[in-house]
Amino acid sequence: MQPLRRTFLRGSAASLLLPLLGTGLLRPGAVQAAPWQRDAFSATSTGAGLKALNIPLLSETRDIIVNAPEIAENGAKVDIEISSNLPNTRSLLLFADKNPLPLCAELEFGDNALPYAKIQIKLAESMRIRAVARTADGKNHVAFRDIKVTLSGC
Amino acid sequence: MSEPLRIRVQRQGEGAEIRILMPHPMENGLRRDDAGKLVAVHYIQTFTLKQNDRPLISGQLNTSVSRNPLFVFKARQIKSGDTLSVHWTDNKGAARQDAIKVE
Repeated sequence: MQPLRRTFLRGSAASLLLPLLGTGLLRPGAVQAAPWQRDAFSATSTGAGLKALNIPLLSETRDIIVNAPEIAENGAKVDIEISSNLPNTRSLLLFADKNPLPLCAELEFGDNALPYAKIQIKLAESMRIRAVARTADGKNHVAFRDIKVTLSGC
Repeated sequence: MSEPLRIRVQRQGEGAEIRILMPHPMENGLRRDDAGKLVAVHYIQTFTLKQNDRPLISGQLNTSVSRNPLFVFKARQIKSGDTLSVHWTDNKGAARQDAIKVE
């Protein structure tokens, strides 16, 4: 009796998971709270940050729009607005190249969210910032923006 | 105890603009206090914005995000009666969650 019962239990555990496939809980594109990516966030250069995120190749695009002040008087709070017109944008990353730790944020978008974000960051000095968009096809895209900073925010 | 998050929704047709203020010191570990001592690094590392129980935005942040940062996001299909919640965790292990109901 006993072995039969084990088989039955194993079988039912697998079939319990099956209905989840359709609900979105096990869907690959669903936003999940991933653990904080220490390697990428502690990288001291944009290049090392991109490497830690496994982003080897970036194609420059006009389909990511980065809005920011040309001159930021206070580097402690600079508004950066990013929106992507690339179809199936899954996530946006923001790098401030000359900050001690360039990677500022990574944002992943669920189905109902538009690939848009306004975020406030500190800038150490005048620099180029870059926004990276990752699309569902696995490609990575980038757009740049120069910002002059009057008072350092770091 | 941290200050409550402030979540504001402005509906725009079928969608909405969601503004989130996250009160937090966001110390980058480089600043000195009045006595000249370095202030310990203290910042939000992860946050999730959910519509009812479905994640809309999942974010990871670094020390370079401003103190008490304001975020603006956009979403479609935000209905009256929906619950929008934001949950964050910081590098010291603290966490906070607040929610609002869309009018």
